[in-house]
Amino acid sequence: MLGTIYALLFYVATLLLVVGLGLRIWKYTRTPAPLKIPTTPAPTTRSGVVLRMFLEVVFFQSLFKSNKWIWVLGWTFHMSMWLVLLRHFRYFQQDVWWIIDMVQPFGMYAGFGMLIGLTGLLARRFLVNRVRYISAPSDYLMLALLLGIVVTGLSMRWVAHTDIVMVKEYMTGLLRFRIGELPGDINLLAHLFMVLLLMLIFPVSKLLHAPGVFFSPSRNQVDNPREKRHLAPWAAKLEK
Amino acid sequence: MADGDNNVPHPAFPLEVPEFKCGAMADLSPFVAAPEHNEALGFPGELVDDWKEKAIAYMGELAKKNRAFQVYLDICVKCGACTDKCHYFLGTGDPKNMPVARQDLLRSVYRRYYTFAGKYFPWLVGARDLTEEVLHEWYSYYHQCSECRRCSVFCPYGIDTAEITMAARDILDHIGYGMKYSNEIIGKVHKVGNNLGLPAKALAATLEDLEEDIEDETGVSVRIPLDEKGADILLVTPSADFFAEPHIDGLLGYAKVFHEAGVSWTISSYASEAANFGMFIGSYEQMREVSLRIRKAAQDLGVKRIIFGECGHAWRVAYSFLNTLAGPFDFLDQNYPIPQHILEFTWDEIQKGTLKFDKSKNDAYKMTYHDSCNVARASRMGDEPGGQFEIPRNVIKAVCNYYYEMPEETTREATLCCGGGGGLLTDDLMDLRIKGASPRMTALQQVTEDHGVTHMAAICAICKTQFSKVMPKYGYDMDSIVSVHQLVSNAIILTGQETEQDDAPKGAKAEE
Repeated sequence: MLGTIYALLFYVATLLLVVGLGLRIWKYTRTPAPLKIPTTPAPTTRSGVVLRMFLEVVFFQSLFKSNKWIWVLGWTFHMSMWLVLLRHFRYFQQDVWWIIDMVQPFGMYAGFGMLIGLTGLLARRFLVNRVRYISAPSDYLMLALLLGIVVTGLSMRWVAHTDIVMVKEYMTGLLRFRIGELPGDINLLAHLFMVLLLMLIFPVSKLLHAPGVFFSPSRNQVDNPREKRHLAPWAAKLEK
Repeated sequence: MADGDNNVPHPAFPLEVPEFKCGAMADLSPFVAAPEHNEALGFPGELVDDWKEKAIAYMGELAKKNRAFQVYLDICVKCGACTDKCHYFLGTGDPKNMPVARQDLLRSVYRRYYTFAGKYFPWLVGARDLTEEVLHEWYSYYHQCSECRRCSVFCPYGIDTAEITMAARDILDHIGYGMKYSNEIIGKVHKVGNNLGLPAKALAATLEDLEEDIEDETGVSVRIPLDEKGADILLVTPSADFFAEPHIDGLLGYAKVFHEAGVSWTISSYASEAANFGMFIGSYEQMREVSLRIRKAAQDLGVKRIIFGECGHAWRVAYSFLNTLAGPFDFLDQNYPIPQHILEFTWDEIQKGTLKFDKSKNDAYKMTYHDSCNVARASRMGDEPGGQFEIPRNVIKAVCNYYYEMPEETTREATLCCGGGGGLLTDDLMDLRIKGASPRMTALQQVTEDHGVTHMAAICAICKTQFSKVMPKYGYDMDSIVSVHQLVSNAIILTGQETEQDDAPKGAKAEE
């Protein structure tokens, strides 16, 4: 019964996540940037832009310049999250890739990195009056949701193990549209439910920063306006 | 140090974060444009009856036309990285002057009408209806942003509040709620050709007077040509250079450099303005129309090159936008950058060795340099990224013996706005201008204490006007702000010029 409910929820959430995100990215791709507005100094070549973007999304370069506290907390959270996500691949694969095996020892502890980062970010929201001023309820709840996912996840790994073999069978089954049974473990059910919620709100919330950063004209444009004429389609019509 | 005026903030160091003063600047709004100012630009004369529907619809239209607007509204995570970066927040303590809070004034409305969460759970995501109160708040706080882009440097996604401010002003214009200062000025450009409304005749007379001044001073006849067909170079410079101090001395500097370089050049009375306030009001169409005057002038005069004088936002429009707005410039000489900055030209000549200087002429000036925001964060000079920082400094150091940098966190890409940019250089916003200048002034006071700096150079007409107005509030003379080309003008030794020094051989270089 539980297995079926969660299965349906997962299919719906996945569909909404993929479609929602796809539509948003499509919109960003189709919306023109009428003017050249890279924040300068900016790279003068396409490969320079790739490097700039790499430094932004991997090292959070601009945030580093801005505020060391937000940087250390945010960076720790995000990088730990990638390790944890990679580690979770093993629950969806029969034959686990070598890279996932390699990540495993780090991924197990990265959960604590997420915990530290998220707790710090949440504390900032309460304690720094500038950040408190700009926070809406959803900003706190988003962090709370992520914390919930992390805490239930960590407790399954370090406190009360769930039947992980059964979970893996269930998940690999879902990928083949075979609905099995889930362990009735409250930690696990809460963990999965919060993940479902996160998937649902992803395409309609500020989590869009993940794909959005790649479409930010101030970061992704090449600084070559004198050499190459830049013209948006709607602006070209003004010239007729 | 200052004159005891309570209005002047005195932070301990340039970027000291102030205590919150909620609502401190809520009552400050610039004068509203008169109907004829709005209508001259094709906007409704007065606030239209269905302003709410119109504003919401136009907001959606802008999100379709401008990816920056769409993406920046969507992706802010409220991390707070920008909250202590705006000079107006640092100077006023009003939390709505924090970049993200300023964006949220509009983002909250966008969310209400254009997002799932805002439509169904407005309380959850801080979405709100567009009410009359919100509208006036927009008018007030979107005219407390100088579009300087300092926040954008520090945002992990590069979210640029200037883009939101421009969109907000564009929306306001489209419902008949325009701002007097900018809209009146753009009207003058359409009608007369420059922000000052200085007609061709008056301009010609002014330039003749300036030629006489140079001859009186140096004994050399240096021309400042106007509307000369067949000249190689069209100089487009802010009209303040024609009549305001300290700007004029910069114009004399350009003229002397052109003279020594032996190039033929001209100013155009039709495009006698580098400034383009179309950018400030976020109107692509207005910005384009103003830019097209330059294209037409260049074609009519048959020039081969276009060079821009010292002006910050004008250089942004010229460098980053001109090719888009008024290009392609295939009728110009492709061997030179199109357009070129006067400092690029002067620095080239210095490197070629065409210019001769007596640096001691500037010994009374203990210099520092203020990076103007639009030059620093929205344009480039030379071939390398960051040339916009190096070239002006190189030129200053080539003509001055004493040069000192202000604190690093207040220069180059992290430079602080003068407090008067983005169309705020109007007396009705003087309180904001004085307060917004305080971080820069504090940085300047630091180099004055440490190195005895007496003067600050800038390459922006707005910076120059703003500083000459607000510097006295911070204990400096109004002429402590100078053009970079004023320093060039002071130090340059024209060929054939009589020099006071005995050891300088007269006419060492033969007269051309």
